[in-house]
Amino acid sequence: MVPTQYYLVLSAILFGLGAVAFVFRRNIITIFMSIELMLNAVNLAFVAFSQARGKLDGQIFVLFVIVVAAAEAAVGLGIIILTARNRQSLNVERVDLLKL
Amino acid sequence: MSAALLTFFALATLATVGALSLILQRHPIHSALSLIVVMVAIAGLYLLMGAEFVAAVQIIVYGGAIMVLFIFVIMLLNAGVEERTDFSKLAKFGGLPLALALTGLLAAAMVRHGSAIPNPDTPGALASTETLSTLLFTTFVYPFELTSFLILVAIMGALVLAQREKN
Repeated sequence: MVPTQYYLVLSAILFGLGAVAFVFRRNIITIFMSIELMLNAVNLAFVAFSQARGKLDGQIFVLFVIVVAAAEAAVGLGIIILTARNRQSLNVERVDLLKL
Repeated sequence: MSAALLTFFALATLATVGALSLILQRHPIHSALSLIVVMVAIAGLYLLMGAEFVAAVQIIVYGGAIMVLFIFVIMLLNAGVEERTDFSKLAKFGGLPLALALTGLLAAAMVRHGSAIPNPDTPGALASTETLSTLLFTTFVYPFELTSFLILVAIMGALVLAQREKN
């Protein structure tokens, strides 16, 4: 049997890699994908805790997170299409209307 | 080393390599394919933990629906190789150490306090789909109904945002 700790450490590593990708990538679609990676890492921790505690609430929560992620992807990609159409670029450095 | 532990390490390596590949690839479509690898590996981990329904939903919704949406948008916008721009000084010198510190802090906390968490002794006995659905439609029925409203709002939002402007 795999200890719960291992799953949690893997979850932390995946979350950290997602954060690195979020900070260092310049393409707006890749940045959005790194958010999905971080959500996945958190889901992994939820299921690991649910199994460790012997309660199913964590898995229900994962289902809700997946639903919210799907809604977020639909709206977020709509915004990305709109930005790309207005700016002719997917680089986040070019979206600087609010920058001083 | 037991078979479960071996499977765990194989899947964990796959997920980590996929996540690294997501960071290092320069083309968004390669990043998207790496993310699909990560999601399939995580679905395998759910199966290993005995959460069959969540594993199936992970494959269908994440690996299927969401990633197909991403790849469609990448192809729709004809996204090419990411152009290199200068980082701000803060991101250049502070970003990587801070992100590594975050990872290290999280992992260290899991290692130190993780031994207090009890390990499940009978995998799979807990998470039958029947008990999961009973819980979803009794205790969590109001949040469940609210998600359908959320999806409706998301559909309308995406339609309004992505429609071509009429002059």
